[in-house]
Amino acid sequence: MISALIIVFREVIEAGLIVGIVLAATAGVPFRGRAVALGVGAGVLGACLVAAFAGELANLFQGSGQEFFNASILLLAVAMLTWHNVWMASHGREMARELKAAGHQVKTGERTLTALGIVVGVAVLREGSEVVLFLYGIAAQGGTSAGAMVAGGALGLVAGGAVSALMYFGLLTIPPGKLFQVTSGLITLLAAGMAAQAVIFLQNGGWLEFFTGTVWNTSWLIKEDSITGRLLHTLVGYSEAPNGAQLLAYGATIVMILVLMRLVHRQQQGTRRSLA
Amino acid sequence: MKMLAALLLLAATPVLADEPIVVHLKDHKFSPSVITVKANQPSMIILFNDDNSADEFDSSSLKVERVVPGHAKGNIRLRALAPGKYPFMGEFHAATAQGVVIAK
Repeated sequence: MISALIIVFREVIEAGLIVGIVLAATAGVPFRGRAVALGVGAGVLGACLVAAFAGELANLFQGSGQEFFNASILLLAVAMLTWHNVWMASHGREMARELKAAGHQVKTGERTLTALGIVVGVAVLREGSEVVLFLYGIAAQGGTSAGAMVAGGALGLVAGGAVSALMYFGLLTIPPGKLFQVTSGLITLLAAGMAAQAVIFLQNGGWLEFFTGTVWNTSWLIKEDSITGRLLHTLVGYSEAPNGAQLLAYGATIVMILVLMRLVHRQQQGTRRSLA
Repeated sequence: MKMLAALLLLAATPVLADEPIVVHLKDHKFSPSVITVKANQPSMIILFNDDNSADEFDSSSLKVERVVPGHAKGNIRLRALAPGKYPFMGEFHAATAQGVVIAK
């Protein structure tokens, strides 16, 4: 039972932290609950599909289908997070000011909700497929322990959900003026971590074979397997022994997002000045 | 700069020097559970999951997360490893499914 609790808890937290950040990042945007719920629903459905066809998926691309799939959905999430941050940099301020007044704003707001809904879906899909496979394995074995394992899994789900809620409400205690900056920062790091993880999958699939040497090793400080390590891995892409390509992807993603945000922000200020 | 050149040289020679290493997972235990590979060159593990349930070959030090369904096989590529020990586990049955890759 404990092992089921731990595994489910771990996976739920990993997806839940991302959901918590997305919810905080869209605080005040109408209909965000619906977008996030749709993302979670699609993610769960996708997780079941991926679990059911895990064998077929793995056999694609000369046995590297799983790696290809993981890298693709991670890069999709990176693109969506980038889009959200850039969009917020150009519209965020007015949104905060004249939120419900302008129908136009709501409409464009829906677009970034779609982006974040996709991010939520990807997060749930990735972690969820492991939970499904794990629980299915237990259920298939049957026996007296199966009931206890499912109970453990349910407890893990509740506990993981609670930690994610804590993340969300914790973020909401930040004053509204600062919240935007904090969530933009968190989302930038989230995207960078996902890009670095995508690089790992591309390397494991045999598609990316340069700069694979380890650059530094901080496993003596924080083990990636530890709870702290896992949380940091999910939130900021912590890796105990990153290799060159991983670091390159991490840095490039941060630079790309910051430059794009700066560009649209400046462009928008320019438009405002010429209108005045 | 020397390191960069060395890295590029490594990158240019991604050939597997040896045959893939066959590992079986049975009753949620790896056999062999101690796998020796040559340091500083890529290698490949072919994992046969002989159990009914899926498991995930998981190792943060090897940077591998690979789901292998029951009665299926999975190709696990290992990058060129510095000499050392790299523990791995079957995440869904971590109590028994433990192993280590030794690069030397």
